[in-house]
Amino acid sequence: MKKSVLFGALTLAGLAAGAAQAATLDDVKARGSLNCGVTTGLVGFAAPDANGVWDGFDVGVCRAVAAAIFGDASAVNFVPTTGQTRFTALASGEIDMLARNTTWTFSRDTDLKFDFVGVNYYDGQGFIVPTALGVSSAKELDGATICIQTGTTTELNLADFFRANNISYVAVPIETNAEGQQQYLAGACDAYTTDASGLAATRATFENPGDHIILPEIVSKEPLGPLVRHGDNEWGDIVMWTLNALIAAEEYGVTSTNVNELAAGTDNPEINRLLGTEGELGAMIGLSNDWAKNAIAAVGNYGELFEKNIGENTPIGLARGLNAQWTNGGLLYSPPFR
Amino acid sequence: MAITTDPPVQGFRLSQLIYDTRYRSMTIQVVAMILLMLFFAGLVSNTMTNLASKGKTFDFGFMGRPAGYEISQSLIAYDAVTSTHARAALVGILNTLLVAFLGCILATILGVLFGVLRLSRNWLISRLTAVYVEGFRNVPLLLWIIAIYAIITESLPAPAAFRTGEASMILNDSVAVTNRAIYMPAPVWGANSTILIAVFLLSLAGIWAFRRYAAARQEATGQILPVLWVSLALFFVPSILFFFILGRPVSLDYPALTRFNFEGGMQLRGSLLALWLALSLYTAAFIAENVRAGILAVSKGQSEAAFALGLRPNRTMKLVILPQALRVIIPPLISQYLNLTKNSSLAIAVGYADVRATLGGTTINLTGKELEGMLLMGLFYLLLSLLISGAMNIYNARKQLVSR
Ligand SMILES: N[C@@H](CCC(=O)N[C@@H](CS)C(=O)NCC(=O)O)C(=O)O
Repeated sequence: MKKSVLFGALTLAGLAAGAAQAATLDDVKARGSLNCGVTTGLVGFAAPDANGVWDGFDVGVCRAVAAAIFGDASAVNFVPTTGQTRFTALASGEIDMLARNTTWTFSRDTDLKFDFVGVNYYDGQGFIVPTALGVSSAKELDGATICIQTGTTTELNLADFFRANNISYVAVPIETNAEGQQQYLAGACDAYTTDASGLAATRATFENPGDHIILPEIVSKEPLGPLVRHGDNEWGDIVMWTLNALIAAEEYGVTSTNVNELAAGTDNPEINRLLGTEGELGAMIGLSNDWAKNAIAAVGNYGELFEKNIGENTPIGLARGLNAQWTNGGLLYSPPFR
Repeated sequence: MAITTDPPVQGFRLSQLIYDTRYRSMTIQVVAMILLMLFFAGLVSNTMTNLASKGKTFDFGFMGRPAGYEISQSLIAYDAVTSTHARAALVGILNTLLVAFLGCILATILGVLFGVLRLSRNWLISRLTAVYVEGFRNVPLLLWIIAIYAIITESLPAPAAFRTGEASMILNDSVAVTNRAIYMPAPVWGANSTILIAVFLLSLAGIWAFRRYAAARQEATGQILPVLWVSLALFFVPSILFFFILGRPVSLDYPALTRFNFEGGMQLRGSLLALWLALSLYTAAFIAENVRAGILAVSKGQSEAAFALGLRPNRTMKLVILPQALRVIIPPLISQYLNLTKNSSLAIAVGYADVRATLGGTTINLTGKELEGMLLMGLFYLLLSLLISGAMNIYNARKQLVSR
């Protein structure tokens, strides 16, 4: 790929001819930090805290990858993206990976030339309405005005759902979650629809969360996961296995508090390989042997990350549900580390 | 002794290309041309390499695939699930044209009004107009669009407030002003309504013919006919008469409150309203300045002469000042129209479905065809701008001094 960026002419089309495709890891190492695309702000998933430090469930994935590469979870530049700008940002090389409540779909994986490396939250699309509206099912929303984020799968599902049920709606397209919240609370739309997790996170920030209910229908499958550009498989492997390491860590009982102790060696060879006390797994993906240990020490295992940011003891209050380990009847299942 | 020295006959030397003024300009042009072509060749090849390395192709096939997303305002039939991206783009184009058209009209009216008011001898009026002009010219348009939209959504009542009686419809229960849209009655064209429309068009033609006749007569005899009254009468009387003769062929469909929204009638959505108002007010501030400049450009002697002839101030304005001022006003007016049209691409800020939001937004996002989408959109705006300035140039040419 040509590095000569002729007067950035293509930035015109939002297509900055950016970082070389083939070796994202080299670029990240040379830069000394990871560029990670996140939301513009969705409490619990990705939002700056009171000190301006990004925090959240998706942010944790970015930080784990940075910790795996650099041993430093703060070596991340967070790039806020909207539903519409996220893919261009990733395709153009402005960001190295995207962790932004993004649904793994066929066309995004193939036609848009991305690779989803796994799922960090199994979700589905839901609706939120004011309790006062007296609606108890999404099928009663015939003729309603609905706020919907543009450039999302939810926008497409909404059209499908209403068509399948032979009812109609008026769409109010919005760009960001914050805008949707403002419009919804102002009564400019009757209902707001997006991923159920996003609805819970949004409702948690309302002044009176009790005045709003999330309708029981889940109208779609929304497996949300991190993604990278198609074509750099080595880079994709790093992100994929960092996520798997967090999931496997929970399964084996490795936590941020006991990880250093366990790294001294255990009688479980799988844990030993994961934490780098046995074998050469790190070298196989171009990282140091304690990559997974660093990632877990920095953000905790999957369960810790979940409980701290969006779990039942947070204002967002999501149950593990589908996102429990397979051993607990959920869908989380990391392939073996060997 | 006559010495004739012929100029030394020399062959063409390469250095002449630089030092000989006869060739130099040619050399510069050729070199510049080559550089320019190299630049574009580099650009294209760079683009192609980058596209290839991303595994992307350059083709427009995506325009034929189903779009899949809903568009909130559509002037033509559009179905989210079956209509193609090309149709979505067309819906966006029509919405762009709609807001640009409405905007240009309102901006012109407001601009002329404020331009004249700013020259008013009333201190308060001219100061207030100055505040308006400076306020709108010097704050970015995007902020105005968002501010006006925020006012609409936050301060107007939601449809639910009409059910509880907190808000009520105005104009004899026919118009509902809500934070989603302004709902108003729509005409329903019954049988015989075509006759009514024909009558109305005929009376418009009648007005035009009468005005020509009156002008010609005034030119020839100096007599002034009551043009305004006759025009008004022609405008209303025949249509109203026929409306009753034909048995009221046009009725009104009133909006009515349903479970969630008002339905029936016509609606002007909040996003369109906000965008339209913001674009018009913003552009009108610039037009007002053009109008003021145009009027000031007409020498004072002109109005003094008109007064000396006994013309009243408003006739002086209409017959002497404005026709001359128009020659100064129209050329910058063209560029204001172009600005307004291109500025309408900020529509996405309020979720108005213009071409930037459909083709340049969601379609690009769904298909990953950034380059193709942007090129198509650029082409559309280019064509539209050329069309507008072409039409305005014709108008301008007609208003210029004709030497008789
Ligand atoms: N999962 C859907 C929707 C993702 C989405 O946009 N989610 C919203 C609400 S859950 C969000 O993250 N908004 C944050 C923002 O506006 O930046 C997709 O991938 O298209």
